[in-house]
Amino acid sequence: MSKHKPARAHTTLDKPKGTGRHKTLEDFRQQIDACVKCGACQAHCAVYKAMKRESTVARGKIAIAHALLDKQAPVDKRFVLDMSQCLLCGSCHDKCPNLVPTDEIVMAARREIAERQGLSSFGKALTGVIKRPKLMNLLAKSGGKFEKVIFRKVPDHSGLRLRFPVPFIAKDRYIPEITPKPFRERVPEYIPARCDNDTKPLSAFFTGCMINFTYPEIGEALVKIFRFLDLPLWIPPNQGCCGLPAHAAGDAATVDQLANANVSAFGARSVATVITACASCNAGIGKHYRAMEGEYAELGKQAEDVLVFLVRQGLVEKLRALPQVETSTRVTYHDPCHLRTQGITAEPRALLQATPGIEFVEMEGADRCCGLGGTFSVYHYDTSRTIGARKADGIKSSAAKLVASACPGCIMQLQDSINHAGLKQRACHVLELIAQALPSVED
Amino acid sequence: MLDQRVIRTLEEIVGPENITTHPTDMLCYSYDATQQSFLPDAVIFPADTEQISLIMKLANVENVPVYPRGAGSGFTGGSLPLSGGIVLVTSRMDQILEIDEDNLVARVQPGVVTEHFQQAVEKLGLFYPPDPASLKFSTLGGNAAECAGGPRCVKYGVTKDYIIGLEVVTPQGDIIRTGGTTMKGVVGYDLTKLMVGSEGTLGIMTELIIKLLPLPEAKKTMLIMFDSIDGAAQAVSAIIRGKIIPTTLEFMDAATIECVRKATDLDVPATAKAVLIVEVDGEAQVLDRHTARISEIVQPLGVVETRIAQTPAQSEELWKVRRSVSASLRNVNPDKFNEDICVPRSKVPDMIRRVDEISKRYSIPIVNFGHAGDGNIHVNIMVDRKKEGELEKAESAIKDVFSATLELGGTMSGEHGVGNTKAPYIYMELDPAAVAYMQTIKNALDPKNILNPGKILLEQPIELA
Repeated sequence: MSKHKPARAHTTLDKPKGTGRHKTLEDFRQQIDACVKCGACQAHCAVYKAMKRESTVARGKIAIAHALLDKQAPVDKRFVLDMSQCLLCGSCHDKCPNLVPTDEIVMAARREIAERQGLSSFGKALTGVIKRPKLMNLLAKSGGKFEKVIFRKVPDHSGLRLRFPVPFIAKDRYIPEITPKPFRERVPEYIPARCDNDTKPLSAFFTGCMINFTYPEIGEALVKIFRFLDLPLWIPPNQGCCGLPAHAAGDAATVDQLANANVSAFGARSVATVITACASCNAGIGKHYRAMEGEYAELGKQAEDVLVFLVRQGLVEKLRALPQVETSTRVTYHDPCHLRTQGITAEPRALLQATPGIEFVEMEGADRCCGLGGTFSVYHYDTSRTIGARKADGIKSSAAKLVASACPGCIMQLQDSINHAGLKQRACHVLELIAQALPSVED
Repeated sequence: MLDQRVIRTLEEIVGPENITTHPTDMLCYSYDATQQSFLPDAVIFPADTEQISLIMKLANVENVPVYPRGAGSGFTGGSLPLSGGIVLVTSRMDQILEIDEDNLVARVQPGVVTEHFQQAVEKLGLFYPPDPASLKFSTLGGNAAECAGGPRCVKYGVTKDYIIGLEVVTPQGDIIRTGGTTMKGVVGYDLTKLMVGSEGTLGIMTELIIKLLPLPEAKKTMLIMFDSIDGAAQAVSAIIRGKIIPTTLEFMDAATIECVRKATDLDVPATAKAVLIVEVDGEAQVLDRHTARISEIVQPLGVVETRIAQTPAQSEELWKVRRSVSASLRNVNPDKFNEDICVPRSKVPDMIRRVDEISKRYSIPIVNFGHAGDGNIHVNIMVDRKKEGELEKAESAIKDVFSATLELGGTMSGEHGVGNTKAPYIYMELDPAAVAYMQTIKNALDPKNILNPGKILLEQPIELA
């Protein structure tokens, strides 16, 4: 019998779901008190660098949150605005000498806002759609036509423009096409290894919304690499959004729903690893599920970025062993914040350097946030663009032809910044470049 | 508190989007790294010298105090609005105006972040040595106002050694230029030196002319662990006596090592009771000789382990240890009084012993680290404000630390400045006539006490018996 047989349906489906797993602002009081106002966060906050106002940087946000806790400040429009001006990239948290988790505190503040005022309209518009992947499927299935209807014919201020988990607002913003055939419909649910399937550890692929609906080629590249390595892969059919956009919108109930659905979907088989190819999803099902504890934490602990996984599987050595090619393309790499703040910076570079046909170059500011920050770029597109423009400077001077990254969100934002800077580079996923260099594998 | 009429005039000067009176912004510009909080009435973000001049003229007419602020990362309250008024932030004046490779000088605006400037000149093979621990976020204007130091000062000197000219808006709103771009210049009083370190009390620097050096070809960092603080302290003198001036000579005591160990993944054996971080720079081929010589000199002084960085990344790792110290001290107690006393470097072992006695006398943990190479020790008195009597004990301990420092021929601030936190103590170090001399200068230049009042000199001078 196969080791990868479907397990019994996950029991959490039948249990009533608890509430209160999400920390409140009050829960963070100790961490808020731990901010010594040293100001070090100023060096690491992309929003602060663009806006140069203290209320945008972690130190300011902590002061504001502290005032709210002590009832010295109200939850008013200004508070909502201040808490919206955060990319949730976690760079300040990572670099804080006292490790004050400002990203988590901002999310708690957003939940507090949502709770006290009922969901703000943007939160509703956004999370209302992404918690129902079927609706997204339906929209996506209507194909390019539908996309044109949505994005060309709909007035600028229509709520329909918000009906996707990625920002589609500004007229001149680069938008990836919505695919008529989502990734998960293009590939089998389960792809066994050709040899020794039962003895090889099974990976489950958490695709995330963007790979499924807008960048299916990234998912296909991943499948090709797994075939090359001859590793079994399972793509759970009922998975949904990781919940990060809902987290960012302070919508705890939606986060719970999405997390429950994912726990069920991934509980159907026993797997060694849950891989992600989207840095944001990695944070969504990794860091955030772990913080939610219980069965969510169990799923969260299994989350691993695919590039880390591939390095672990010896792909670097296997790529080096491939025949070298004459001509090479100059490629640089952008660090997604959600990987960089976990210390994942060496693996993508090692893979790119080992891939035949790639001349890898570092760009200046590779570690700087691209400025997307999920919904941040919807509501603060000008700031987002300012941050992106700085990124474009580094891309230009690197003289690279391709900008590789490991997060579809970053890839979209990088392409937008590149286009606005009048440059010719293309942004793509590391997986795509690796897959291109691989020989085709016979089934 | 500010008159609407005054706010409207300020809006006309800088544009309405560059001034705020919103309570949230008042909160956000009420603090600095001392964690004190004083709410201003307005925060203003001028774009240029002329706007600052107009602001100062208006402030004089309206009797409103003005407090210049860079990154708000000072350790003595230099930028805090003690009595309301206007916080003037230099963040929009953040341009490097010129880097002159022929004359090795640069012109910058005050809001340039120190590290950005260092990166810009280093790309051209040039070097700006002052390196306060806050260099990634503090500004050149703030560094100059406080005369910031840093680890490299043992070999290269402090901020004032690199500022050779200024454009300044005086407290009454005049625009003056001091010094210039030449290395020599003796016409008139040296107002540049007067301004640097005057903590924004005598004028607002709107442009700085900075002297540069050629970038040293290479550097080498070593981390030496000792089994006693005495061994480390003696090593400092021994290295200098050995006629080697390292770029930096930083030390951390046992309590500091413990703090950093908790806050980071620093791997230091338990037998290490003190650490020295030594860096040498210069031509690549002499550096190995220097590090070997240093190892030889310190060997008899109880060395537990020596690590020598072989790559820039390893060097950065060693430095990260030192840079994470200041804010990791909370592991000892939630609140700290961070004094940066400076004694002649031969007196460092005596000073450490005296601090140890003071710590025992008041049963308050005191954590010491800092720039041992130039005798600049950061004495951190760790207390818990919430505990009764702790603040009073801390205050007495601080006084005792200052007394000991002065007895050993030192000064109570090497690089953080006086601000408001040390203002009550300056009479311990300066004789009354010297304070009166300073007060006379301040009164003459700023008769209404408009610019950064309450810093260095108390608003109400202490009556001396």
